[in-house]
Amino acid sequence: MSPREIFALRDYLSPELKGRTISDPTATVSLTDALSQSCLGGRVRELSGRSVLLSVSTQLIAALAMIELDGVVKRMLLCPPDLNPDHIQALIESAEIDAVVTDEPPRWTHSGIYLIAGAHLPVERLLTKLKTERATEWLMLTSGTSGVPKIVRHTLEGLCGAIVAERPGRGAPPAWATFYDIRRYGGLQIFLRAILGGGSMVLSAPGEPLADYVARLSAQSVTHISGTPSHWRRLLMSGAAAGFAPRYVRLSGEIADQAVLDGLKQAFPSSSVGHAYASTEAGVGFAVNDGFEGFPAHLIGPNRDGVEMKVVDGSLRIRSKRAATAYIGNGAAALTDTDGFVDTGDMVELRGDRYYFVGRRGGIINIGGLKVHPEEIEAIINRHPDVRMSRAKSRKSPITGAIVVADVVLTESGAGRTREVRDEILADCRSNLASHKVPAVIRFVEALDVTPAGKLVRSDA
Amino acid sequence: MERIAEEQQVSLPPLDDSLSLHETGFDSLAFAILVARLEDDLGIDPFTISEDAAFPLTVGDFVRAYENVPA
Repeated sequence: MSPREIFALRDYLSPELKGRTISDPTATVSLTDALSQSCLGGRVRELSGRSVLLSVSTQLIAALAMIELDGVVKRMLLCPPDLNPDHIQALIESAEIDAVVTDEPPRWTHSGIYLIAGAHLPVERLLTKLKTERATEWLMLTSGTSGVPKIVRHTLEGLCGAIVAERPGRGAPPAWATFYDIRRYGGLQIFLRAILGGGSMVLSAPGEPLADYVARLSAQSVTHISGTPSHWRRLLMSGAAAGFAPRYVRLSGEIADQAVLDGLKQAFPSSSVGHAYASTEAGVGFAVNDGFEGFPAHLIGPNRDGVEMKVVDGSLRIRSKRAATAYIGNGAAALTDTDGFVDTGDMVELRGDRYYFVGRRGGIINIGGLKVHPEEIEAIINRHPDVRMSRAKSRKSPITGAIVVADVVLTESGAGRTREVRDEILADCRSNLASHKVPAVIRFVEALDVTPAGKLVRSDA
Repeated sequence: MERIAEEQQVSLPPLDDSLSLHETGFDSLAFAILVARLEDDLGIDPFTISEDAAFPLTVGDFVRAYENVPA
């Protein structure tokens, strides 16, 4: 019996591709030499076949550890930086973790885990190169739930499915960056693109100001960059985008409305701007590069590159080779229905020959018995030229039970004329939304909170 | 009230204390908007503070509900 050939990250790192690096503000590490160096002090062999919790303080160490561990350990659970420490014990039990890779070993002395491997920079030279022994399970955590996050199991092959299908163009390999953390699905996709695409990657450091990060992206000639619409709106607001000229700007993780797509096209006239649909569970569904919000209706139905989509009861369902293989843990729910489709919970609406995202099933607010997606209101508000971003939510009302209110962040040009802008927004909402969806109150605010995963905070969702 | 009437495209009759709220042409949504904006401006919502506040019947009742909020 000959097993299928197993690829691990190291198999995409050829010493022949010169000059590849991965960096953060503190260090630049060669990817060209990745196979002959270690951030684990050569202890990776002890971790062979283990179930490893990867809990390190920087993305750079996480990236180097992933390269070393993939293909060697049985499974690795990626801990994002905002993971609630109270949830770690439950995750350790669910994922049957028996080793920890950390850059703060003393924190784990009393964890009850026998094997604690320290990860550190600078990397050390490895005398013998590591071999790929197995297909490591990649465990990721879902974002957005308030309780213990769910553990989602992927394979490297599934994670890379969209990257292989997109067939990178010719020319110099891209230099990638992302506003996501690479230990979340959206960020990991970009890290994998950097590794598979033969290029370099520039990572942010914890707490690094946005303007500093963007300055480094410019200095290091980053060509490809991704983030959520909230990340991008924040960048556009900061004024830090001036002078940065990427070739490709990618959005995912939230609904990319026409306003943010147009705003990015304006800010980066020489870039192509695309938005992608992906979720931690369903994987990458598709990318849209025609500059318009929503996606062409013909994507629904046929199987393209191993991805099949349908719409049932208004929500997008995906059956895909790129999807996670299971939720992990005792009593974990089934990831797919009996036909293998993941219910994404993302609600879509067909208008003409295009589907548009209208919101999350769980994010519906109830206004006097009528259901409203906050996102559909925000999409109307955001298209006002003086609006940078907005958040619609419900507010209790003694009269109707609840009303829609909206918090709006203006651009500099709008700041001096709030009264006019308010009237214009309301007029636009009234002519495009049912009356119960028109915000009763519009409040102008300096900023809106964004979660560590880059999504608008929706406390009432 | 006039501002909301204009937004809601309601033609508002001349307001006086004895005009019944029903006759203003305001529906419950318009009142909900009015109450919410008054709460933002005044910091009070007499209909939520007091559990037994009777819903006002006339414009005069409505104004008194705000006047009678305990400081």
